[in-house]
Amino acid sequence: MNDLVMGHTAMSNLNGGQRVAVKYFTAALVLFLAQCVFGLLAGIQYVKPDFLYNVLDFNVNRMVHINAMIVWLLFGFMGSVYWLVEDEAGTELVGRKLAEVVFWIFSAAVAVVVVVYLFVQRGPGTQESLWLINEGREYIEAPRWADFGIVFCVLVFFYNVAATFMKGRWSGISGVLVMDLVALAGLYLAGMFYTANVSIDQYWWWWVIHMWVEATWEVLVGCIMAWGLMKTLGARRKIVTTWLYVEVALMFGSGILGLGHHYFWIGTPEYWLGIGGFFSALEPIPLVAMVVHAVYDSGVHRFRSTNHPALAWLIAHAFGNFFGAGVWGFMHTLPQINLYTHGTQWSASHGHLAFYGAYATIVIAMIYIALQRWRGDVWMSAGLKGGWRWKWSLGLQVTGMVGMTIALLIAGYEQSFIERAIGGSTWYGFFQAQTHAWFMQGMIWRQAFGWVFTVGVILLLWDLIAIGRGETRRIQTLGHASNEGVTA
Amino acid sequence: MEQTPWWASEEMWRKTAIWVTAVMAVVLILLTFDSVAVITAGGERVPAYSVINQRIYYRFDRERGYQVPEIGDAAPLFGEALTEEQAEALVSLGKMTVQAKNCMNCHTLLGNGAYYAPDLTKAWLDQGWGAEVVREQLMVQFLMDPGNNARGFGSGRRMPQMDITEEEARGVVAFLKWMSSIDTNGFPANFQPIAQEGD
Repeated sequence: MNDLVMGHTAMSNLNGGQRVAVKYFTAALVLFLAQCVFGLLAGIQYVKPDFLYNVLDFNVNRMVHINAMIVWLLFGFMGSVYWLVEDEAGTELVGRKLAEVVFWIFSAAVAVVVVVYLFVQRGPGTQESLWLINEGREYIEAPRWADFGIVFCVLVFFYNVAATFMKGRWSGISGVLVMDLVALAGLYLAGMFYTANVSIDQYWWWWVIHMWVEATWEVLVGCIMAWGLMKTLGARRKIVTTWLYVEVALMFGSGILGLGHHYFWIGTPEYWLGIGGFFSALEPIPLVAMVVHAVYDSGVHRFRSTNHPALAWLIAHAFGNFFGAGVWGFMHTLPQINLYTHGTQWSASHGHLAFYGAYATIVIAMIYIALQRWRGDVWMSAGLKGGWRWKWSLGLQVTGMVGMTIALLIAGYEQSFIERAIGGSTWYGFFQAQTHAWFMQGMIWRQAFGWVFTVGVILLLWDLIAIGRGETRRIQTLGHASNEGVTA
Repeated sequence: MEQTPWWASEEMWRKTAIWVTAVMAVVLILLTFDSVAVITAGGERVPAYSVINQRIYYRFDRERGYQVPEIGDAAPLFGEALTEEQAEALVSLGKMTVQAKNCMNCHTLLGNGAYYAPDLTKAWLDQGWGAEVVREQLMVQFLMDPGNNARGFGSGRRMPQMDITEEEARGVVAFLKWMSSIDTNGFPANFQPIAQEGD
C-alpha cells in the first residue's frame, strides 16, 4: 500500500490481473467510441438515405455499430473479472502471460474482422463467405473463423479465472461467476452452424443472444455489482452475496423460459405465446431487486463512498437496467402487443436503453474503480478536482440515451399503427410509415440526441485521462468489507 | 447480532438459486426437443422445401383467429418442378446468399434483424410485385440491379448493389417463397397479400 505511486498511472500500482484488466478496458473504450461513430453514420442514413450509398451502406454501419458494442462489452466484462480476480481469490492470477497473449490475439482478430467488414463487406452465397467474411446473422455476424477464435479466447479466460479461484479461495461471488462463465461460453456454441432452415437457425440463434443478454450477462453484472458495492461503499459481503443469490434465482427463474418471447413468430408452436409471455413478464422482478439492493446499500452507507463516479455509474446501472431491460422490455413483451411491435423501432428503443443501462454503465463504473487504483488509490470522493467532467459526461450520456430511446419509441408507435395496424404490414405500408412526419421527426431527434450522447462519451474519455492525475490525497477510508463467507 | 430469519439466509437463497436454475434449464431442454421436431422442414409448421413447387396463400383462419399460410395447387417456381433435394439446394443457396450479403442488417426475417428496410417474412406474397405472372421475374431483376429498380415507394431509400448473380437471385426468391409458407402464428398481422390464381 505504501509503495503506491500517487497521481500517475503506474503499472506498479496494480496486481497481475489488474495489469491485464487495464488493457481490456482500454480496448473496450476504443470500441465504445467506434460504436458511437457507426451509430451516428447509420442514423444519418435514416434522415439522408443517399449518404454513403454504395460506399458504406446502412447494413455495414449498423453491423459495425452493434458488433462493436458486443465486443466492447465483452472486453469490459473480461477486464472487470481480471480486475477483481486476485482480490477475490486472495492469490495471484494463474496464467498472466497467457492472459496477455490472448488479449493481443483477441484484439488483432477483432481488428481483422472489422477491416473485412468495412472493406470487403460481402461475398458470394457460399460457405466460404460465411467462414471468411460475414455470417450475416445479427449480433453474431463474425465469420466462423472468428467464432473459433472467440471460443478459444473465452476458454483461456475461463481457465485463468477458475484456476485462480481453485488455487486461492472461493466465495459466493466467485462461485456464481465461474458457473455463469461456463454457461456463457457454452451457449456461444449454439450459434456456430449453418442451416437452410430459417426457423431452426433463429431458434438456436436466440439461445445465444437471449441467454447472453437476458440471462448470463445479467448474472455476470450481478457479480460485478456485488463486488463493486463492497468496494465503493464497504457493503458487507454476507449481504451482497445473499442478494446475488436472490438475483440469480429470479434472473434464471424468469429469464430462461423468458426466451419464449422470441419464439412467438418464428414458426415455433403456439405454447410459446403463453410461456414466453408469462415468464418474460416476470423478467423485470430481479431488476427491481437490483435497484432496491443498490439504493438500500447506498442509503445505509449514507452515500459515503470511496469513489463517487463509480458509485454514480453503479446506480445509473441499477436504474438503467430496470428501465431499459425491465420496463422497456415488458412494455412490448406480451404477444398481443408484440404482434404489432415486433421488428419495429420499438425494438430499437428497447435495445438502446437496455444495452446501455444494463451493461455499458457498469463497465464504466468498473473502469473508474480501476483508474483510482491505477493512479495510486487516490481520492475520488467529494471535492474531486475536475469533478464536473464525470458529472457532465454522465448527464450528457444519460440525456442523450433517454432522448434517443424516446425518439425511437415514438417512431415505433407510429410504425406499429401505420405500417402494421392500418397498412397491413406490406412493403407499401412499411414505407408509408417510414416517410410519415412523425417517424421522420423521431429519426431527426434520435440523431440530435445521438450527438449529445457522443459528446458525453468524448467527455468520459477526457475524464478518464485526467481524473486523479496529480492527486495527492489518499482514497477515502471506510469500514472494510467483511470477508466472512470466503472459504480458503 | 440479531439472528437472520430463514427466508433471508444466504444458504436458503443459494439452494433456491441452484434448484430454480436447474428446473428451468430442464424444462427448456424438454420444450426444445418438441419445438425443434415441429420446426424441422417437413414438420407440422415448417413445410418441406419442395413447397416452392406449389402456390402459397396467406388466409384468415376463423378457428385460430389470425392469418395462416395455405398450400395450394402446383405452381412451380420459374416454371420448373424440383425434387426435394433440388428444392433444398436452391433454398439453401438463397439462404446463404441472404447471409453472405448481410441482408439482416437492413431487413428483418420473421421480424428479426434491422428496421431500415421491409420485413421479408411474407415478401413473396407482397402486393408490391404487382401481378402474380410477373412477380418472379421482377424479383430477380430487382435483386440483381436494385439501384435501377428501386422499390422505396418515395422514401428515397434504395437497396445497394449487392453483386447478386442470377443464380443467387433465383435462390433468394426460392428462399423467400419457402419462408412465406412458415406458420408464424399470424405474424405479420393484417397482411394484405398479392392476388393469386385461386383467390
